[in-house]
Amino acid sequence: MSDPTPILECKGLSVSYFTRAGEIPAVKDFDLTVLQGEAVGIVGESGCGKSTVAFAIMRYLGANGAIVDGELRFRGRDMLSMTADDLRDIRGARIAMIYQEPASALNPSMRIAEQLMEVPIHRDGASRAEARALALDVLADVKLPDPDRIMDAYPHQISGGQQQRVLIAMALISKPDLLLLDEPTTALDVTIEAGIVQLVKELSARHGMAMIYISHNLGLILETCDRVAVMYSGEVVEIGRVADVFEHMRHPYTQGLFASIPLPSSDRHARPLRPIPGQLPLPHRRPKGCNFAPRCSFAVAGRCDQDAVPMRQINGDGHEVRCVRWDEIDFQAANANEGISHVSPGPVVLEVDRMRKYYEIKDNSFAALIRGGAARYVRANEDISFTAREAETVAIVGESGCGKSTFAKVLMGLEQATAGEVRLHGKDISRLPIGQRSPEAVGILQMVFQNPFDTLNPSWAVGAQIARVVRKLGGETDAGRIRSRVLELLSLVKLPADVAHRRPRQLSGGEKQRIGIARAFAGNPALVVADEPVSALDVSVQAAVIGLLGEIQAGQRTTLLFISHDLSVVRYLSDRVVVMYLGHVVEQGSTDQVFRPPYHPYTEALLSAVPIADRSVSKRQIVLGGELPSALDPPAGCPFQARCPRRIDGLCDRDMPPRRELGAGHKILCHLGDDVLMEMAPVFAGAAD
Amino acid sequence: MFVLACRRLVSMALIMAMVSFLLFLLFESDKLAVAGKVLGPYSSVEQREIWLEKNGYDRSFLTRYADWAGNAVKGDFGTSLQLRAPVADVLWPRLGNTAILAAVVFAAMIPLSLLLGVLAGLRESSLQDRVISVASVLTTSVPEFASATLLSAIFVFELGWLPGTSAMTGGFNFKELILPAAVLILFDFGYVTRMTRASMAEVMTSPYIRTAILKGLPYRRVIMRHALRNALIAPFTVIVLQMNWLLSGVIVVEVFFSYKGFGKLLLDASLFGDIFVIEACTLIAVFVAVFSQFISDIGYMLLNPKIRFG
Repeated sequence: MSDPTPILECKGLSVSYFTRAGEIPAVKDFDLTVLQGEAVGIVGESGCGKSTVAFAIMRYLGANGAIVDGELRFRGRDMLSMTADDLRDIRGARIAMIYQEPASALNPSMRIAEQLMEVPIHRDGASRAEARALALDVLADVKLPDPDRIMDAYPHQISGGQQQRVLIAMALISKPDLLLLDEPTTALDVTIEAGIVQLVKELSARHGMAMIYISHNLGLILETCDRVAVMYSGEVVEIGRVADVFEHMRHPYTQGLFASIPLPSSDRHARPLRPIPGQLPLPHRRPKGCNFAPRCSFAVAGRCDQDAVPMRQINGDGHEVRCVRWDEIDFQAANANEGISHVSPGPVVLEVDRMRKYYEIKDNSFAALIRGGAARYVRANEDISFTAREAETVAIVGESGCGKSTFAKVLMGLEQATAGEVRLHGKDISRLPIGQRSPEAVGILQMVFQNPFDTLNPSWAVGAQIARVVRKLGGETDAGRIRSRVLELLSLVKLPADVAHRRPRQLSGGEKQRIGIARAFAGNPALVVADEPVSALDVSVQAAVIGLLGEIQAGQRTTLLFISHDLSVVRYLSDRVVVMYLGHVVEQGSTDQVFRPPYHPYTEALLSAVPIADRSVSKRQIVLGGELPSALDPPAGCPFQARCPRRIDGLCDRDMPPRRELGAGHKILCHLGDDVLMEMAPVFAGAAD
Repeated sequence: MFVLACRRLVSMALIMAMVSFLLFLLFESDKLAVAGKVLGPYSSVEQREIWLEKNGYDRSFLTRYADWAGNAVKGDFGTSLQLRAPVADVLWPRLGNTAILAAVVFAAMIPLSLLLGVLAGLRESSLQDRVISVASVLTTSVPEFASATLLSAIFVFELGWLPGTSAMTGGFNFKELILPAAVLILFDFGYVTRMTRASMAEVMTSPYIRTAILKGLPYRRVIMRHALRNALIAPFTVIVLQMNWLLSGVIVVEVFFSYKGFGKLLLDASLFGDIFVIEACTLIAVFVAVFSQFISDIGYMLLNPKIRFG
């Protein structure tokens, strides 16, 4: 363990991509030393160059990428002068990598067994039997149930969490010295993410591997790493021990990042978010001097926009920062922030009453044909009941597959409910398809979509797209009035008027989502459904869009149904929360009721799974086992019983739990006795709560 | 999987029934015209009506169709007007000849175009990719009659290496197959090569190839085991559909080289107005089209585990 040579040393590493437009510097002057057994995080927003660093370390930059300057050493050996054969010896065996999208990182037409076994067979000349034994070993190591079945499966036959575990097993199979993890849990649900993070921590402790953990999520870095490097626009702007960077950050960008992420342990009144203004400069249009200066509220003309800024030492523990004013800025003084005013809700706008949506699927297998055409049902929504009032934000929370998007489809009229009612202003719309709704009815019920990149028509100017909605839903025909309404909507979402003439590709992600919001509010809606409106955006942009959405909604007294898997954002934005699991509402109540004990055991696990980027908050660890059951074949009794850590055998696996009122509109679907519920400890403990 | 194949077979049969009905409607709904074709343009109306009565044309249209379709299934397509012989006796040998030509073309073209496509797609926009891509676009854009003339000029008239016609009058002669096959290959290999190249290039940029390389596998293994299998799924469909083109798209080549194949038969029959031969040829062409679609669908399912174990 006490090998003095670092596992990995990067000195002044610069990486460029060469395109028709010329050289594009992706990473500049990157220094990093990773010691044996150490876990280093690299954090930053998309486009900051963090993945490029990982692939540069692997010396895999594609045909148009190259390391143009600096040194890269692995255990003291110069990696830049290595031949292809030397590199092959290091890749996989000494440095292994785990990727962001497990589904596409596995070969779709090879069985898992083959993909695992080929490493020992083709690298180390192992026999098939040895390789198979080794593969089964590592699969057990990553805690996959039933390794034999997994070995025989094709990648698409196992879940995303299982795929990621297979990739981790693949990385471990030749016992690497260094593990690179590139956003390994971004594509996964939070409870699955918590399991993977715990696994990675255990494995690195057991095998003494060094790790480089790349993520945009500060909370994950805090949970997994010893040191962290914060990157902005191709450069490390701050590096140091996690404790130093998280508590005594000196760079305004780091400070801005922390101020712009919501925490599940505090709400909008206690800690309003401060978005970072502006946007990331394009790599070939970086400003002179400090890259962050144009967005920095502490930038001083003449100092920050002159020469390239070098890293400066702050303390002896390797805390360094790339800022000329690092010892002058008083963040505390700038931190004073007014809270958001509270809006009181009005009359009930939406009532969902025992809504149920089943999808029939036809089984085409030969066996089913013999049995006699067994139609099976996907029970997407089993029994949904809740209400939403005017000017209220109701969050619908749950992991993928819980039925939250199906509910939105029924509400919007894209699907028809199987049973129950959905009443908007007292009128049932649960079986009224969108084509049969009047323009007014469509206009008062609008949606903000998850992915702003795909939901705007790329060949129309955004102004024309908003104008179309004004015409169709507002019934406006006068060209002048349409124009002024479009400009009014643009100013509502805080975009300059000339944006109207631009095409979607000329806008950033955050701007596109603002257009999406403007479009949704064009028909003066009574109810807006926002389906994961910020999950595709970077954190600094996220904060601005969340703030905007809340502000417009409060100003127009619109009811907002906020569909999300991100509990931090939910706590920040919503008044009431509906927690869904496998088509059931398992808990609902005001945000305070849901985020404080007593909890439904699923809510409890969900809260515990959220990574928190705040060292002053401690939380109880509850890691759920297993996977979300299929809605095609839900478990008997309580929907959550198969994964529930508080399951009562003989009761929960037999009977559907009762819907219980815990007071003041707080309802849960659970068998647990009052004594157990009342004794539940909060998941979060610490300064913020 | 099995059910799906059965379903495909049933829909195939339905398509065939539909097409044959339309075909029959087109050619034989006007009885007098049929008789006119058989008896010649100078026959009188009375003669035609007598012929019609003799040949059972007084029955209803549907009965006649059922009868005709039943015979066609048994392989009896009636008698050729031009050749005064049962259509079947002419059709099968001609079809056999075209099949031989198609087989030679396939045997040479598929390995060639797959190899070139893979080589090109392996390193996108490298020198080898550019040479192969330009060559395949060039050859595909030269029509068959032009390349047939050119090849004949070189190999028949200049060098005198190969015979200029492929009528096979002295029995089967492989030498006579070379030129027609070469023309077809030259025209078609570019298309399959481009398809393979696109598919290979896409696979080479996929994350699982990156995984395989960063696992430290030998390059050979990455290409042979990981890339090829996935890269060949898409071109497979295209290749099978070439069967269709090789049957009915070869008329120009067969006529140019007087090769006694299916295309030449269809052309002669059309020029003569030999309706029973035209009917038979059309049925065969449709059958091959539908059947190759069936093969490509089933093959695609077998190659793609995502669909096989959906």
